[in-house]
Amino acid sequence: MEWEVVIGLEIHAQLATKSKIFSGASTAYGAKPNTQACAVDLGLPGVLPVVNKEAVAMGAKFGLAVGAQVAKRSVFDRKNYFYPDSPKGYQISQLYFPIVEHGSIDIELENGKTKTIGITRAHLEEDAGKSLHEDFEGMTGIDLNRAGTPLIEIVSEPDMRSAKEAVAYMRKIHSLVQYLEICDGNMQEGSFRCDANISVRPVDQKEFGTRAEIKNINSFRFVEKAINHEIERQINIIEDGGKIVQETRLYDADKDETRSMRSKENENDYRYFPDPDLLPIELDDDYIQTIKDTLPELPHEKKQRFIAEHGLNSIDADVLTAQKSISDFFEATVKASDGEAKLSANWMQGEVMSALNKNNIDINNCPISPELLGGMIKRIADKTISGKIAKTVFEAMWNNEGSADEIIEKKGLKQVTDTGLIEKVIDEIIANNAGQVEQYRNGKEQVFGFFVGQTMKATQGKANPQQVNEILKAKLKG
Amino acid sequence: MFEKTVSELADDLQNKVISSVELTQAYLDRIQQLDGNYNSYITITPELALQQAKLADERIAAGNAEILTGIPLAQKDIFCTNGVKTSCGSKMLDNFIAPYDATVIHKFHQAGTVMLGKTNMDEFAMGSSNETSFYGAVKNPWNTETVPGGSSGGSAAAVAAHLAPAATGTDTGGSIRQPAALCNLTGLKPTYGRVSRYGMIAFASSLDQAGPMTRTAKDAAILLNAMAGFDEKDSTCANKAVPDYTAELNNSLAGLKIGLPKEYFEKGMDAEVAKSIEEAIDVYKKAGAEIIEVSLPNSSLSVPAYYVVAPAECSSNLSRFDGVRFGYRCENPADLEDLYKRSRGEAFGDEVKRRIMIGTYALSSGFYDAYYIKAQKIRQLISQDFKEAFEKVDVIMGPTTPTTAFKIGEKSNDPVTMYLSDIYTIAVNLAGLPGMSIPAGLANNMPVGLQIIGNYFDESRLLNVAHQFQTLTDWHTKSPEGLR
Repeated sequence: MEWEVVIGLEIHAQLATKSKIFSGASTAYGAKPNTQACAVDLGLPGVLPVVNKEAVAMGAKFGLAVGAQVAKRSVFDRKNYFYPDSPKGYQISQLYFPIVEHGSIDIELENGKTKTIGITRAHLEEDAGKSLHEDFEGMTGIDLNRAGTPLIEIVSEPDMRSAKEAVAYMRKIHSLVQYLEICDGNMQEGSFRCDANISVRPVDQKEFGTRAEIKNINSFRFVEKAINHEIERQINIIEDGGKIVQETRLYDADKDETRSMRSKENENDYRYFPDPDLLPIELDDDYIQTIKDTLPELPHEKKQRFIAEHGLNSIDADVLTAQKSISDFFEATVKASDGEAKLSANWMQGEVMSALNKNNIDINNCPISPELLGGMIKRIADKTISGKIAKTVFEAMWNNEGSADEIIEKKGLKQVTDTGLIEKVIDEIIANNAGQVEQYRNGKEQVFGFFVGQTMKATQGKANPQQVNEILKAKLKG
Repeated sequence: MFEKTVSELADDLQNKVISSVELTQAYLDRIQQLDGNYNSYITITPELALQQAKLADERIAAGNAEILTGIPLAQKDIFCTNGVKTSCGSKMLDNFIAPYDATVIHKFHQAGTVMLGKTNMDEFAMGSSNETSFYGAVKNPWNTETVPGGSSGGSAAAVAAHLAPAATGTDTGGSIRQPAALCNLTGLKPTYGRVSRYGMIAFASSLDQAGPMTRTAKDAAILLNAMAGFDEKDSTCANKAVPDYTAELNNSLAGLKIGLPKEYFEKGMDAEVAKSIEEAIDVYKKAGAEIIEVSLPNSSLSVPAYYVVAPAECSSNLSRFDGVRFGYRCENPADLEDLYKRSRGEAFGDEVKRRIMIGTYALSSGFYDAYYIKAQKIRQLISQDFKEAFEKVDVIMGPTTPTTAFKIGEKSNDPVTMYLSDIYTIAVNLAGLPGMSIPAGLANNMPVGLQIIGNYFDESRLLNVAHQFQTLTDWHTKSPEGLR
């Protein structure tokens, strides 16, 4: 039987506010346990939450960026459950009236087409603390530094039909929240994570199959693996005559498998009700307009501009706008290279990306600044160095040996464009390789490469390749 | 000296007739000597009190005192007090030393008052008789076989027994007004949002409100001046200017329109109580007030609506008492679930458990619409009833309680009968309106309270109406017989 996969994602993005969503404590990552938890975060008797206006603004920003309705009135609810890292015994969230509803975002499919993924809703809520099971023998430690960190939970429609689409969607949202500067996107630190709802159905069936939810997947790679694994599991069960049970499953990246956390029967009854400690969030048209006015250029807008302004093709523009940090780096490089957009695009997608990947470095920590890279590209453009020599310069810059000009000077890498000099070298090579000359003249054109290689070798690769070609051709004709 | 009001003591302090240290010491001695009869305090703080009194005396000497500087007060043990045990009347918090001051406490500190101690109360403010306290029942100074009312029963008994010149209370369904009525005090529950709830241990967040419990309306005005005002730490606190609540005390009653809800006088009221209330209304009539019958048609729904909303909120508010971070923890928990179950099972009393269960049930999936949402709709109807009534009248009057103080143990095994003792006060909390109870007579030698309900943020008028009554009557000056 042929199966269709149905996937919806719930993405949790930590909002990049300085303080927590309901208290003044800092949200900075990595502090000693419980040093960033104030009376409110600890849920001490008598304390009350006060909403962080910045978190509300960020929620509204997201809504506007995905073309959604930003609610004029949204309400915080309490989600009641007992767990040691939930200090109040409830999480403040938004169930009945979320701040954002009915948005969408486009993803690019592998066949080059775009697909619109619906965003059902996005709501504000507080993160929980962390339970530390490893550090204490026979006990559990509680770290409440993360408790109360603002989150926006972004819930998609069940619109995705493969793990690849789910990853494309997740990447799109990941890119967007960074563009909006509402989330740092750091997945290792848990700033951006997702739950996936997955079901399968026969291709001709209208109703959705029974779904399983996979919790807390924190990398793009794991999302794809976890979903594919889950699809396989479900299809195997059904094909063996079994039934899928609605349940929550946990993905174990080490074993590459999902395992059951709890079934629907054991689901908590969260007893949601409006939090009486907080007033509804009321946003008027003026406020929403103000937020709209401060929206930065969004990825799809930037892509169009890159095509128009820098003459990039659609694929290059996609790659270079996928992440805000990359697009910023690219534009700074173009500027530093006096407008060499095509060369900048090639270098960004080639040497820069591969060096970053190889060394597992984020673009924000790239040892070569856009100014340095642009400076080097300028030297390629004005033919001071060839593209090949530029690779040597790039490597030297990567190792902090200075600017392109300094390196070219120090290492004597300046391109040789003196026709007389090149001719002299070529004459010598022709004189010393009579056999190859004869082969070439007898029609064995492959031998041409040998002469180019010899010439470059003799000039330590500095001879202008185009001149070498021209002179060689003329002289070999005889 | 112990009969003196806050206002009179303030004069004595400013005129240096007595120092705050002397006054404080006298009260501390009296508490030491007599509170065994009443059990009105959970914690007495003599060292802190004398230290605060000394500072107050210095402030008075330096000439920068405020009216309350040096006045000893009793604080309900629901307010967090930095460095002092804050039990909320529960075994759960018997070991809890609050690490911060509630906003109300902070404001009193700034005004220079002295804290004598923390008063007894029904556990987590759940009760109408002060019998649910982990620290034992409080006895009514008017008759120690009867209850002082609750939940602010310790505060009421302390002021009635002259163990403090005034005290704070909190009122979720009548917890200031009902004990004030039963102990012959003036008690004011302000408009919801008038006084910050920050640091006041929550029972039902949408209903809880702190207020003063005093001998006179004038004292209530003086205390409210110190307590009221916007607090950025409480999102539900009104950002609204605080008037001087003493400014309108002397306004005339002539032309005042008093509404009497016919539903309050139909049935259930003790005949003696009814007689006192009628006589009190006559006093107003003679002073030139106009009496108008009004209707609050949904008032019979207030008790059932309240016993959905308040338990629902409390079931969630009390979840933080889980034995993990503070408060009581059971011995040798086997695992997490055991820790939760036994810590809560062993430390909460029956009434608290009952309300947590009712509230959990009311919020459960499948019941939420039938209970919680329905109760919220009733709440709207009740507010609407009051709104319509206040289009015709300035204040609404009636009894605070259907009977005078009942015997200890009389209703403690019958929760529903107990709940009905708040039948006249609960609607005011559901609507968020201000309400007062003032002494209005004695029935069989036990105090009767007249309830005065005002429109939103109309505390000045309530205090004016109460104060004028106290210039025309002397019920508020009566003390229990045999009080030393």
